[in-house]
Amino acid sequence: MALLALPTLLPLAACLAALGAPWSEHWGHLFGVVLPGVAGNTALLMLLVVLQAGLLGSGWAWLTARYDFPGRGLLHAALLLPLALPGYVLGFVAIHLLDYAGPVQSAWREAGGGPQPLWQIRSLYGAALILGLTLYPYVYLMAYNAYRSIGRNTLDMAATLGQTAVFRRIALPLAAPWIAGGLLLVAMEVLADFGTVALFNVQTFTTAIYKSWFGLFALDAALQLASVLVLLALALMAVQRAVQRRGRMVQRGPGLPRRRLRGGAALAASGGAAGFVLLVVGLPLGLLLRWSLAHLSVELDPRYLEWLGRSLLLAGSAAALLTASALLAAYLERRQPGRRTLQLGARAATLGYALPGTLLAVGLYAPLAALENALADWVAPGWVTQSLVLLLLGYWARFMAVAHTPISQQLARVTPSIDEAARTLGVRGWRLLHRVHRPLISGALASAAALLVIDVIKEMPITLMLRPSGFDTLATRIFELTAEGEYERAALPALTIVLAGLVPVALLLRSGHGREDRAEPTPVPLAGRPGTEALHAA
Amino acid sequence: MPALRPGLLLPSGLLLLAALLLAACGDRDAAGEEQAAATPPTVVVYSARNEQLIGPMLQRYTELTGTPTELVTASAGPLLERLKAEGENTPADLLVTVDAGNLWQAAEAGLLQPLNSQALNAAIPEYLRDPQGRWYGLSVRARTLVHHTQRAPAASLSGYAALAEPAWAGRLCLRTSRKVYNQSLVAMLIAERGEGPTESIVRGWVENLAAPPFPNDTAVMEAIQAGLCDVGIVNSYYFGRLQRDAQDATLALHWPSEAVGGVHVNVSGAGVVKHADQAVAARNLLEWLASPQAQRKFAGDNLEYPANPAVEAVPQVAAWGAYTPNLINVSEAGRLQADAVKLMDRAGYR
Repeated sequence: MALLALPTLLPLAACLAALGAPWSEHWGHLFGVVLPGVAGNTALLMLLVVLQAGLLGSGWAWLTARYDFPGRGLLHAALLLPLALPGYVLGFVAIHLLDYAGPVQSAWREAGGGPQPLWQIRSLYGAALILGLTLYPYVYLMAYNAYRSIGRNTLDMAATLGQTAVFRRIALPLAAPWIAGGLLLVAMEVLADFGTVALFNVQTFTTAIYKSWFGLFALDAALQLASVLVLLALALMAVQRAVQRRGRMVQRGPGLPRRRLRGGAALAASGGAAGFVLLVVGLPLGLLLRWSLAHLSVELDPRYLEWLGRSLLLAGSAAALLTASALLAAYLERRQPGRRTLQLGARAATLGYALPGTLLAVGLYAPLAALENALADWVAPGWVTQSLVLLLLGYWARFMAVAHTPISQQLARVTPSIDEAARTLGVRGWRLLHRVHRPLISGALASAAALLVIDVIKEMPITLMLRPSGFDTLATRIFELTAEGEYERAALPALTIVLAGLVPVALLLRSGHGREDRAEPTPVPLAGRPGTEALHAA
Repeated sequence: MPALRPGLLLPSGLLLLAALLLAACGDRDAAGEEQAAATPPTVVVYSARNEQLIGPMLQRYTELTGTPTELVTASAGPLLERLKAEGENTPADLLVTVDAGNLWQAAEAGLLQPLNSQALNAAIPEYLRDPQGRWYGLSVRARTLVHHTQRAPAASLSGYAALAEPAWAGRLCLRTSRKVYNQSLVAMLIAERGEGPTESIVRGWVENLAAPPFPNDTAVMEAIQAGLCDVGIVNSYYFGRLQRDAQDATLALHWPSEAVGGVHVNVSGAGVVKHADQAVAARNLLEWLASPQAQRKFAGDNLEYPANPAVEAVPQVAAWGAYTPNLINVSEAGRLQADAVKLMDRAGYR
């Protein structure tokens, strides 16, 4: 079990050790100049994104959970689609469209609107807008399920208060712990985000770490910045665990029937939700498709296939490695239930979902590069730092929760009494695993592997920082092209990633998050985030 | 039914993975060794200069001399990392990269060997090459002012420092400080004027910005055309590309005069790799690239200035007029790069 957690604990230890390390020559500069700006930006960004995601998520959820209107089921699914859009993709589409020299503002000037810029999209506010639009589904999902599970009895009592009061005084307080859980996930994502803030040229912890390492070539300074980030990430996670522990409401009695909207109200609800999704998902997808086609003859060359192949190679290897390890660990846990070391190991191994990729990258690279140097007489140079091993360790640390959480939960449903029953029928050994266990857990294995593939394809900072030199993937190409403002050329790799990202959204909907009437849905935690799979317990 | 057993799945999966990794690592070395063993010896070129620019040059060299070449292109950072990692086993013979800062980094990391080449020393002016002969500039790009000819007439301009004056408030557009070209420019300003004065200049620039810094030079020029700002700082060949794409007389390059320090230039250049197997052949290639035969095409294809003063620029470039370069050695861009990055941080130049 310690082995399972090692890739997570090593960077944590490296970062925490760097807190006590002697100050590097760059530390004065980082502490005096970079850190204050970075801390301010990170805080403001987090506040704006959390506010926006909270409003959008709980607002749309209230509409789809409590009211009935034409196309509600479809729109409910559509409101989850932004999950498939990485912020760095939606971001560059927005910049290309909305920047001063872009089509929207150009048209405004041609229409006689004057030379003053309408807005400044390449700014912290632009980044906050994009992050809010891509992250609100976390809140939406939690709030939707919370609103749906408010019991009829509660609402009957409350009905005497009138409809707005129901929302404000009953539904919101009851759903608050759920919404808070969603907001905390959003906050963690903001803290971890690298691609979007880099695109908008906003300095946060993650971009500052990257810059220290790749701009100032000061790995020690990057590690020290990461050590501050560790404290923030762990604090957020502690809050999250506390919120989770405070317990959640349980539905009593049947779920409440939705109020049917008619006439203008129904039109406004359907039109509003459809318009929102078209603007946030439909328009960007259309533009990506258009730019991809416009540059297809140049971009669809052997190199594109090479990047795609590498993305798939990394994603496939990581998915195989992580699901296999998680399965092994889950069986160990099952064999010795209640063993404290196993529980602690599993918990440590799944910390990574809360730790930003930049942090894990620096924290893994520094000690392993030092090890490689120390062994320089015995091993070939670059056996770790220039190989895919380092990269896979990074994915392991960041995404183990995605594999471990669903697999161990599903395996826990295969109770010892099932084994006993099978044995009385003469099924034992490998045949027991194959004929009894495999059908029961194969769903969880498959969905974990699928989620991992998508997460790794989308992943940017770990891939960027830990890949062997020149080992470009779809995500790193997007980073490089958009850093130089070559937005249209980034469209094809971006479209590929978005299409791949639709898979987990489809899985999510199929698993029953979308259909509250299903008897016993398989829990699919949203990308391994604890809390998101507990929705069905209610 | 002989189906997959979970117990076998894991070890076989891991084996497969290990095999994949080995295959991925093995590929590269094999390619290099095969080439090195071939006769006549192949010169392996690692290049951060655009493939469309360096590829045709190498083809022409092979046609002329019969020396086969092999080209590996990537960004400068990864190429240097790769050279470091490969160490003595590197298949590379010649490193070609843009920006003097990158060349300085390569030399500083001990990746290049000093040449004492009469031909190169004669062809390339002193300020465009490494004082120890580890690399040589091959083409020159001026990082200079671009302005709107009506809203910011040439008479109103006088060099980099003047752009920090209040007269330009809300009228300046710049590219982000993340780009090495700007880091090099600021490093050269530090070398020319010292850190304090340079910091006030950069602070003044930041105060005068009409919009947050742009991701590329083309966007800077588009913003000036669109009316967001009146003046910017770009590499000369980007202006050339804009001219080529759309004839538009509203923009022009401006050359800071000798009186205000002249024009800051940068280079693309090359050096022979320290552990090159074909050091002599690589040196011959480098000497050819610096020769009048090759210089016009090498620079002209990218609308740059030839580093060899005996060669004229292509007509489109020559039409921008003559300028006086600042003669501080371009290697200072590398030596002072970290200072420049920190200075721009302090000045709030993102």
